[in-house]
Amino acid sequence: MDKIKTIIEKEWAEVFKNRLVLFTVIFLPLFFTALSLIILVLVGSGDSTEATMDTADMPEQFARGVCQGIGGADCLQVFIGSQFMVMFMLLPVLIPVTIASYSIVGEKTTRSLEALLATPITTIQLLVGKGLAAAIPAVVATWLGFAIYMVGTALVSNSSVFGRLFGPLWLLAILVLGPLLAVLAVALAVMVSSRVSDPRVAEQLSAVVVIPIVLFMLGQTAGFIVLNTQIILLLVPIFVLIDAGLTYLAVKTFERENILTRWK
Amino acid sequence: MIITTDNLTRKFGEHLAVDRLTLQIDEGEVFGFLGPNGAGKTTTVRMLTSLIAPTSGTATVLGYRVGRDDQNIRRHVGILTETPGLYDRLSAWRNLTIYGRLYEVKDVAGQVEKYLRLLGLWERRYDAVGTFSKGMRQKLAIARALLHEPRLLFLDEPTAALDPEAAKLVRGFIVELRKEGRTIFICTHNLDEADRLCDRIAVFKGQLRVVDTPAGLRQNLYGRQVVFHLAESPAPYLTRVEALPYVKRAQVVDNKLILALDQPEQRNPELIRLLVTAGASIQFVGELRHSLEDVYLQLVAAG
Repeated sequence: MDKIKTIIEKEWAEVFKNRLVLFTVIFLPLFFTALSLIILVLVGSGDSTEATMDTADMPEQFARGVCQGIGGADCLQVFIGSQFMVMFMLLPVLIPVTIASYSIVGEKTTRSLEALLATPITTIQLLVGKGLAAAIPAVVATWLGFAIYMVGTALVSNSSVFGRLFGPLWLLAILVLGPLLAVLAVALAVMVSSRVSDPRVAEQLSAVVVIPIVLFMLGQTAGFIVLNTQIILLLVPIFVLIDAGLTYLAVKTFERENILTRWK
Repeated sequence: MIITTDNLTRKFGEHLAVDRLTLQIDEGEVFGFLGPNGAGKTTTVRMLTSLIAPTSGTATVLGYRVGRDDQNIRRHVGILTETPGLYDRLSAWRNLTIYGRLYEVKDVAGQVEKYLRLLGLWERRYDAVGTFSKGMRQKLAIARALLHEPRLLFLDEPTAALDPEAAKLVRGFIVELRKEGRTIFICTHNLDEADRLCDRIAVFKGQLRVVDTPAGLRQNLYGRQVVFHLAESPAPYLTRVEALPYVKRAQVVDNKLILALDQPEQRNPELIRLLVTAGASIQFVGELRHSLEDVYLQLVAAG
């Protein structure tokens, strides 16, 4: 455990001195949170006629299921707010991909991996350390951003909007599904990083993991999918299995020998 | 024996990097591993430090078997890798602290301070390693290899790319380590360094060519040679000395008479008497010492 802690501390001490990584970890959550709140304020300040017109354009399933008992402007706020919630699912994927890519490929470019592998550290300890070093800041940044978003929403909207937005559905999605997505992104980044020699290439290749989330976001906006608690509850065990499988593959594909002898 | 290998072999695909290496290294020995680029020296070090597995053959390091007790080998040996591989953004102190903890050192802070002071880096301990010179980085990498006080140390090109001053400092430090009784396995291109530091030298190029002491290598290849500097040409004395049964070879170069013979300590007085009696004016007498470079080049070229 001490070795995993050492790796985490080493990664944070090193990787957060990289401006791009620091920018990703701090700026992205702030940007998503600020953007979400600004849009929410703008939507909330529109008059009710416009809002009623806009609710007509909303997916029927959403308007019927979520907007019962609230006015058009509030419903629009809930709808827009829900779209931005999906953005908070992107953070636990984007941030660890950046950190993990720089952390592993960084060892390659500085040729520090050989000395590290010469210590009595196991592959699992090394990868768990690196994985947690990438996943923890992502999850913390997401949760902090989400908390700010919650506080901001409470300030700019009424209680019925707030109650509909921050029900069990999104709390479960952000608090449980978020970390699972972070683990998935880390496992993928480890696999990709073991095989490329440029951190930016690793980051770009690993970032394909955001595509399903973006598609989901578009699907929800277009009304093809409406996320509900049941879907989230179904996704949790699926992602647990996917994470376990990908983590196993990441450890298996991280072959010390090949990495040492083929990294030039 | 602190290291024993028996037909240790490593292939990369079809390429045979290390071919049936068999050697024994004693405790406390400074062992030089010489060979040209691509000879398989780093591959050998990587196998002996359990970084990569042999394709066939066996090796025992500190009593632990390579491929079976890898964690124990890594725990007990120190390694200076070919490139220092330090974390440039972190301070010297932080770099060593990380490795101290990974090597399960009990008093990490104490050991880090000890080696930073010993290697003259204490004043720069909080500076980012990226600001260090090559020599300082190499010294820091050596400190890293010693934090857990290994009995066996592998140094892969310890003075490569260092300026003469830094190289001298590193060599001096290796001499100190030797005095402490540590076993040191040095891969180097620097033949003068190997000659001065090593108890025994192996010349390696995919296969082991020869293992011997530096003096033994010279003697086996060239025998012992004594040179007599005369005031005049030694040609008139050549046939006389050639007739002596213990003179293996005699050669005249300018005013020098070069004789190959065994046990010159015993034969020289008689030779001097003979030459002086014959009328030679001897200015100096000395042993002709071939450089290790001559020996190495001959051995490597032979394969």
